[in-house]
Amino acid sequence: MLQILRSDKTIRWTLVGFFVLAIAGNFMPAWVQNNLMFGLARGLAVLGLMVLWRTGLISFGHALYFGIGAYAVALVDKHLGVSDIFLRLAFAMGAAAMVGFALGFILRKYRSIFFAMLSLAFSMVLYGILVKVEALGSTDGFSVSATSILGWTPESKYTLFCAIIVACAAAACMVQYYLKTGLGALTTAIRDNELRVEYLGYSVSKAIHFKYIISAGLAGASGAMMAMALGQVDPDSMVNWTVSGELVFITVMAGPGSVIAPFIGGVVFEFLRTYAFELAPHAWQLIVGGTLLAIIFFLPMGLWSLLERIWVRKGSSS
Amino acid sequence: MNGAPALKVTDLCKSFSGITAANNINVEATDGDIIGIIGANGAGKTVFVNMITGYLKPTSGKIEHHGKDITGIEPRDATHVGVCRSFQVSQVFMTMTVRENLLIALAIAKDEGKAMLSSPRSPDLLAEADRMMAAYKIEDHADAVASTLSQGVRKLLDIAMAVVANPKVLLLDEPTSGVSVEEKFAIMDIVIAALKEKGVTVLFVEHDMEIVERYVDRVLAFYQGEVICDAPPAEALVDPKVIEYVIGHDHAPNPTPAVNGGEKPETANA
Repeated sequence: MLQILRSDKTIRWTLVGFFVLAIAGNFMPAWVQNNLMFGLARGLAVLGLMVLWRTGLISFGHALYFGIGAYAVALVDKHLGVSDIFLRLAFAMGAAAMVGFALGFILRKYRSIFFAMLSLAFSMVLYGILVKVEALGSTDGFSVSATSILGWTPESKYTLFCAIIVACAAAACMVQYYLKTGLGALTTAIRDNELRVEYLGYSVSKAIHFKYIISAGLAGASGAMMAMALGQVDPDSMVNWTVSGELVFITVMAGPGSVIAPFIGGVVFEFLRTYAFELAPHAWQLIVGGTLLAIIFFLPMGLWSLLERIWVRKGSSS
Repeated sequence: MNGAPALKVTDLCKSFSGITAANNINVEATDGDIIGIIGANGAGKTVFVNMITGYLKPTSGKIEHHGKDITGIEPRDATHVGVCRSFQVSQVFMTMTVRENLLIALAIAKDEGKAMLSSPRSPDLLAEADRMMAAYKIEDHADAVASTLSQGVRKLLDIAMAVVANPKVLLLDEPTSGVSVEEKFAIMDIVIAALKEKGVTVLFVEHDMEIVERYVDRVLAFYQGEVICDAPPAEALVDPKVIEYVIGHDHAPNPTPAVNGGEKPETANA
């Protein structure tokens, strides 16, 4: 493990990048800090979707786990008075991973559009339940109290901003490590040729199930961070199909090239949406959609491929 | 080994919606046997290979490997017990390099998958991959992506990946199909030499009778899902039934008249 961590450039750059962002955040206006928090938090869920995408699977229903994470935070806050960030994250990730584990037994049998749509169906079941059940907040949802860290409740949001950055850096490093192991390398192998993986002696279903649980846990963490950053959870902003759509949107926009890409994608999406809304309050979706179309046409491997091209050009010119 | 044959197939049958693809197949192979499976298209050769390696479940019959019943097991379990295969169309990881293909195969094979939790680029796996590439003479393509390889090299990679798990029985489905005439003997020389050295029992499906004549100890000739001849190549390739239903009179070593008036022949194991 240490060998991978020490020799991996991506891990080093991820840590440096997030550290610089954490320092810079202190000098940023509140709206920029907020946008970064939302973008990075979404990036966690997109990181999980990237693992699935590399395996050849796209889920249109990860709002299910995003919502479970968010509602877990709200429910443990309301009923148990839990405000500690670590406990909230543990509950959120645990609940999302457990549901991912259970549903994984069904989903691991499906591929392509069937996998995508079945995921969506499960997420809409949760949406339906949340909207109808009064005890779960119905359409209004719940508010979430301020987050504490080991008993200390900070006054500014900068602490939560830093906590989100730490969580994102840790998740990116762990996923990068995972992708470098044999199990991680199976992501591409399964996408390329499931039959060969089976005949090499490894269960494709088991491998997909494991990746699905990872992605569910990350989406749970993402939802939890979003709930803490927003201070509010409700079905429309946490579980509705549009949330799943946004996550897939960011995944495609970011590209599967690196574990850093989902966070860049998440942040770009937040600012794109903010500026699009500022520019055209009644047609901002046109700007966002048009941007995605342009990326699909000109950068089919996402924004990360553009950065790679720039680095390669810089490297060759120097 | 427990003295039981490496592979024993008893009364194996397979039908698809009433159509019989394999009918009462009985075959035995001892350790180190090299067996050629011949037959026209649709004769049941690949169905036979697919049943032994778990891709298809037999309708009835029994498959044993060193006395252990392996009938209807999953493909990965067939690999675990030592029955591996390659494919008519090479099944490799197309977007990965030759070395990466072998590293994945080695990581899965090693310590029952425990190596999957660490990097497959460990020094011992890299050395093992280099040794495999040297044995199959594909070391010049180590860093080439599989999709850019010629059919011949891809076939060798496919076979090398099947051999990584140290099989006791290896089934090769048309190892020289899609390969140029110049490459096919070179490929078979490399493959058979590497497998003989390890004492692997090999059954390979082949349409090229020159290959069959040169490399196998025994020939299994299939016709309409049945084995019509099980004999050494010198006998099998001049067998009138084999000439009539498999090789054809034009390709027979010594042209012979048609037998049986074109009716279905008696099977070798009936």
